[in-house]
Amino acid sequence: MNLAAKDIRHNFGRFALTTVGIGLLLMIVMGMGGIYRGLIHEATLLVDNIGADLWVVQGDTRGPFAEISRVPASLEDRARAVPGVMGARRFVSHTIQRAHQGRPLRVVVQGLSWPEDRGDWVPLEAGRPLRQAHFEMVADRSLGLELGERVRLGKDVYEVVGLTRGMVGSSGDGLGFFTVSDAQRIQFDVPGEALRLERQSRRARAEAQDIGQVQPLLLERAAGPVVGLPALAPPQVSAVLLTLAPGADADAVAGTISQWPDVAVYSQQAQSELLVSGMVDKARRQLGLFRVLLIIISTIIMALILYTLTLDKIHDIAMLKLMGARNRVIVGLILQQSLLIGVLGYGLAYWLGTYAFPKFPRLVVIEPQDLLSLAVIVLGISVLASLVGITKAMRVEPNKVLS
Amino acid sequence: MSARDATPVVEAVGLTKIYGSGNTEVVAMKDVTLQLARGEVVALLGPSGAGKSTFLTALGLINPPTSGRIVIGGETVMDGPRALVDVRAFRRQHLGFVFQKANLIPFLTAAENVAIALEINDTPSRAARKRALELLDYLGVADRAKHLPDALSGGQQQRVAVARALANEPSLLLADEPTAALDSHRGRQVMELFRKVAHERGAAVIVVTHDQRALDVFDRSLEMEDGQLRPGRPMDLNIKQE
Repeated sequence: MNLAAKDIRHNFGRFALTTVGIGLLLMIVMGMGGIYRGLIHEATLLVDNIGADLWVVQGDTRGPFAEISRVPASLEDRARAVPGVMGARRFVSHTIQRAHQGRPLRVVVQGLSWPEDRGDWVPLEAGRPLRQAHFEMVADRSLGLELGERVRLGKDVYEVVGLTRGMVGSSGDGLGFFTVSDAQRIQFDVPGEALRLERQSRRARAEAQDIGQVQPLLLERAAGPVVGLPALAPPQVSAVLLTLAPGADADAVAGTISQWPDVAVYSQQAQSELLVSGMVDKARRQLGLFRVLLIIISTIIMALILYTLTLDKIHDIAMLKLMGARNRVIVGLILQQSLLIGVLGYGLAYWLGTYAFPKFPRLVVIEPQDLLSLAVIVLGISVLASLVGITKAMRVEPNKVLS
Repeated sequence: MSARDATPVVEAVGLTKIYGSGNTEVVAMKDVTLQLARGEVVALLGPSGAGKSTFLTALGLINPPTSGRIVIGGETVMDGPRALVDVRAFRRQHLGFVFQKANLIPFLTAAENVAIALEINDTPSRAARKRALELLDYLGVADRAKHLPDALSGGQQQRVAVARALANEPSLLLADEPTAALDSHRGRQVMELFRKVAHERGAAVIVVTHDQRALDVFDRSLEMEDGQLRPGRPMDLNIKQE
């Protein structure tokens, strides 16, 4: 006769509520592990898919995903000249937040080096890659945009020509792919009034110099568009991506480029690790801390409930002892209930998670090894939680029946 | 049929129980000696605090005496406070208990309450169930076998408790005021049940009671006062009737 099962049947309401509570807690524990995995997946998604062997970024920086990185667009040509480099692409990455149809639209803008890179490598769910140099974009579905939808960003309107799913940045915001020049236009877009004020300011500065006073044409040039000023460099890009020739030694190429004092060079692997160890590490530690706290809370709740259930049965346990029941009968009664709460709670957590996790705003990735390790932890805390009740039960004297 | 014979199934020799020490010392039981024959039904009378329950729990191997000896079935089980056997195993194999309250396990049906006593004594589940139903039938509550204790009357609960106490065919059945919570009619029924059990199954039965109305059911009575045991009034009439 299974005493644990009989007792559960008798106290089904309390047992069910406890199991649901533990299940919800375990679902959060499970979800937090999944969110961490999702963070890594999202953070490294672009780096893993873009197909670059080496990333050339601003010197003494960790690249555009870690901090602001600006390199001259001409770096692309310089890099092409390095032996072993088969191709070089400009790359722009920055995050914008604009309003679209009355709601905030937060986009991680990715500039692709037109015409070499049209985004053919981007995994599309619908539509097509970029086909023209301007005013087209490929958007992730998380941005809430539809195929063919037109979005005003700055002074220009961009048509959504392709849709991806799950292509998000390390912040969880959806990626939008543009040509480099469009990405720069979006990045450096300023209102017309600001341009006029800047031109007036430049003219005033030139007038204050001797050369400005003696050369009126220079004053006119200073008050004109930026592109007409030879002293100002064209807009910079975030990084230059290199594809190596078959058989080329990546270390040798990186060694050559890293000698240039204005840039730093990273392999794809190094860029991934930088992302994980930098941006995701704190989130990992925070989530890990929450997981530990929730596991402790689950253990305490289970222990309290089992202790209460044991207290309710003290008289019955004393009677069993009086009748001569062995300790294993009494230990089994409490331990089986604890394990059952743990196992059912775990099952409930998994089942609820399959419905709840896809609705989370951030990607939740549940790996089999995480499920296995949580299962082991749940078994452990079930045993641990039962110890309080078991200790109490072991101390009960049979003559308690007489009281 | 009577299972009684002169062989003592239980012997208590010079049992003394002292609680506390020094100024707080209380002698709850003093040099108590008793022999119970197989099939004998004995009433233990006495005022509250006389030491009846102390004596009963000592015989039940729940509350060891300070000194004295307990022999059950020819085996010395307690020598002073020292147990000479595994008391828990001994209890499940040789002793049965019935109390004022039935103390049935609330999440088990009547049949399961009886069967559990058998299962913890290593009787296979199916056999335990069969035997439990036989016992409930013997005690006239077979029709309540599938009911939880909550659904049973006080008398029915007490009958189930008796069935549970008898499950492993104990040599000694100990009952502590088993009729206190019952009306006189049901109380008498339970007392007669003890007599039936003792005489038909050969168990020695000792019943602590305040109920003077049912004393004619017992083979003899004993009185306890200030921790000492002395014979009560003779019960020869009952013995002759056997």
